[in-house]
Amino acid sequence: MSYAFYIFAFIAVAAALGILFARRLFHAALLLLVCFLAVAGIYAISFAEWVAVTQILVYAGGVVVIIIFGIMLTARIPARPTAVSNNKWFAGTLLGLAAMGFLITLFVREAFGVGAVPLSEERFTMVNRFGIALMTDYLLPFEAAGLLLLITLVGAAVIAATQNKNSIS
Amino acid sequence: MIPIENYLILSALLFCIGLMIVVIKRNAIAILLGLELMLNAANINLVAFNLEYPERLDGQMFAVFVIIIAASEAAVGLAIILRAYRLFQTAVPDDISTLKES
Repeated sequence: MSYAFYIFAFIAVAAALGILFARRLFHAALLLLVCFLAVAGIYAISFAEWVAVTQILVYAGGVVVIIIFGIMLTARIPARPTAVSNNKWFAGTLLGLAAMGFLITLFVREAFGVGAVPLSEERFTMVNRFGIALMTDYLLPFEAAGLLLLITLVGAAVIAATQNKNSIS
Repeated sequence: MIPIENYLILSALLFCIGLMIVVIKRNAIAILLGLELMLNAANINLVAFNLEYPERLDGQMFAVFVIIIAASEAAVGLAIILRAYRLFQTAVPDDISTLKES
């Protein structure tokens, strides 16, 4: 447990330093993703599973993608769109079908005799408590956060919307 | 059990690196990266202090709301950067000096 903390901490700090020294903005954004994932690992071993999942969903999944969009849209010399050409149709199709057949025969033949695993009450107690607290004691902040996100959505769309170029000048 | 000082030291390191990024980098999006890093550092503190009081959830709850607000901040910040880029053809805040007496 304690080793995991130091490993994650090292990764987070190294990635943060990498952002500082990165020459390209895109690399900095990817290093930020690494840093966010390492911090999510620290949350996960600190009995904050919900925060860890939120961190991965919102930060690693949302914020980093927005930032990468921003980097692409403000690139001084826009990169040429990467052409995606296909080849090796036969090998690719054969590989895909073979893997699918293997997996399906495996799952059909092999009896996974475990049955339905009952979810133990103990394992999810922290997330349970968190969800109940979110819907009772913290209902007002929860609703306020929803309203804030709606305002953000509308506001960001209005600010970034394309208008006449000389409307503000 | 990891001593809470280690969390605080990690958080301080990340915060200071974020601060350095905000001050040193010239691109607006890089500044936004630094801001997100600083918010993350604050969140580590919140989660770490919650470890001291396992029967309460205030710290983790705060951390989740900080994450939500950081996401909104990133969205609006990017929208403003895009708008400014369209107007001034630059994403470097130092170059946008229309209000400055020159």
